[in-house]
Amino acid sequence: MLEVKGLNAWYGESHILHGVDFEVRDGEVVTLLGRNGAGKTTTMKSIMGLVPRREGSVRYNGTETVALAPNFIAKAGIAFCPEERGIFGSLSVSENLMLPPIVAPGGLSVEEIYTLFPNLRERAGTSQGTKLSGGEQQMLAIGRILRTGAKMLLLDEPTEGLAPVIVQQIGRTIREIKARGFTVLLVEQNFRFASTVADRHYVMEHGRIIDMIRNERLEANMDKLHDYLGV
Amino acid sequence: MFTILGIPGPLLFGQLLLGVINGAFYAMLSLGLAVIFGMLNIINFAHGALFMMGAFVSWMLLNYLGIGYFPSLILSPLIVGIFGLILERTIISRLYKLDHVYGLLLTFGLALVIEGLFRNAYGSSGMPYRIPEALQGATNLGFMFLPNYRGWVVLVAIIVCLATWAVIEKTFLGARLRAATENAPLVQAFGVDVPRLITLTYGGGIALAAFAGVLAAPIYSVNPNMGSNFINTVFAVVVIGGMGSIMGSIVTGFGLGVIEGLTKVFYPQASATVIFLVMVIVLLAMPRGLFGKAV
Repeated sequence: MLEVKGLNAWYGESHILHGVDFEVRDGEVVTLLGRNGAGKTTTMKSIMGLVPRREGSVRYNGTETVALAPNFIAKAGIAFCPEERGIFGSLSVSENLMLPPIVAPGGLSVEEIYTLFPNLRERAGTSQGTKLSGGEQQMLAIGRILRTGAKMLLLDEPTEGLAPVIVQQIGRTIREIKARGFTVLLVEQNFRFASTVADRHYVMEHGRIIDMIRNERLEANMDKLHDYLGV
Repeated sequence: MFTILGIPGPLLFGQLLLGVINGAFYAMLSLGLAVIFGMLNIINFAHGALFMMGAFVSWMLLNYLGIGYFPSLILSPLIVGIFGLILERTIISRLYKLDHVYGLLLTFGLALVIEGLFRNAYGSSGMPYRIPEALQGATNLGFMFLPNYRGWVVLVAIIVCLATWAVIEKTFLGARLRAATENAPLVQAFGVDVPRLITLTYGGGIALAAFAGVLAAPIYSVNPNMGSNFINTVFAVVVIGGMGSIMGSIVTGFGLGVIEGLTKVFYPQASATVIFLVMVIVLLAMPRGLFGKAV
């Protein structure tokens, strides 16, 4: 269970997060929605320890992680899939897949990952990870953190820039890993996609959480959502 | 006696051998520099001074502790490598987030301090280090006499360079190093202790320089200036080969040593500058260097 209380974060002088409060319970898929610049990616990076100056409380399974270095946060069982996907061009596809170390038992095996993402099996011999298409890179980025045994996954805009057919595949993947007991925090601009996978949605604006909408109530709150997101 | 292009055969091959030997040192030193630049983004001006320390430590091991050449090949890189680890942990790591210039200034200053200390203690004239018994003498190859020790240096240098290349390009640890060179924060977010990886990489690069120093001791006399004699050329090698490229440093190091050697034979007036000439030409045509990835 991830509990974030009063999270503040700065990039240099810029105060980006002004006291973010939310929680993600085990087995849930929760999204952070909001306009560009609302602080969604900063929130994820702060949880992961990638924003150097942060204050407040981020508790994962009871352990306070707000002051830890990123490698210790990963060892606590949280894994990160960045918006840019972060596939390494100087590594082959299988080197990319095997790069993140195992942090806990219970991760997927390489065979299980290839079953989930058959395209990756085909492309496993590719010498440069960056030669993969956008969709394949996204699958690789998700696949490699599934291997580590981390149970809490932070996915930053996994469907951005991808074709509808791949977006559907990612949706299936998220539902599949949820069924296997993973917990997912998702940043998404595409709230229609989010509604196909998530249990709850938090809305962010100006570095704060301003609302929480349960997935069942999303349709009923469409007007409010359009206001928040400016669409 | 036969001649090639008007140059007597033994003279040509003698100079060629000299060129290959110099090339071996260029390759080993630029390899360490390239790895350190790739990972740490630091232009390690102290590299020559630490190469010199490697030679001096082997001299000290022999003259103060009676420890000979072959154990020194392991002990000296170990000792100087640990010194490098301490340097990185205490001083150098503070500069990573800053402009390249600061790293250059700091390591340049370190080089001056280290060389100054040794010059103070041991003077500038240099001290002899005898070729170990097992490697003395020469072998008649027909077209020339190959001094055994020099043949040994070239052989060991090639093995060490290829081994380093293999570790970086083909192993799992090497994959972590390559990934950390591309995007260190993300690799750390996966659970890898990147600061420790960086420290060990610096130590490894330094150990490589010190190893070259031990190899150099019997050839060039052990003196505080031996590093600064090499360092300018080594930087040119790294730039020509491509900053951060492992194979680039190896191939360019040996290649430029040979070119320099041949220039000494056919047009000695240019031998001091030919490498820099090559650097200018290569940079004009291929700004990233022969094997370079983006800086």
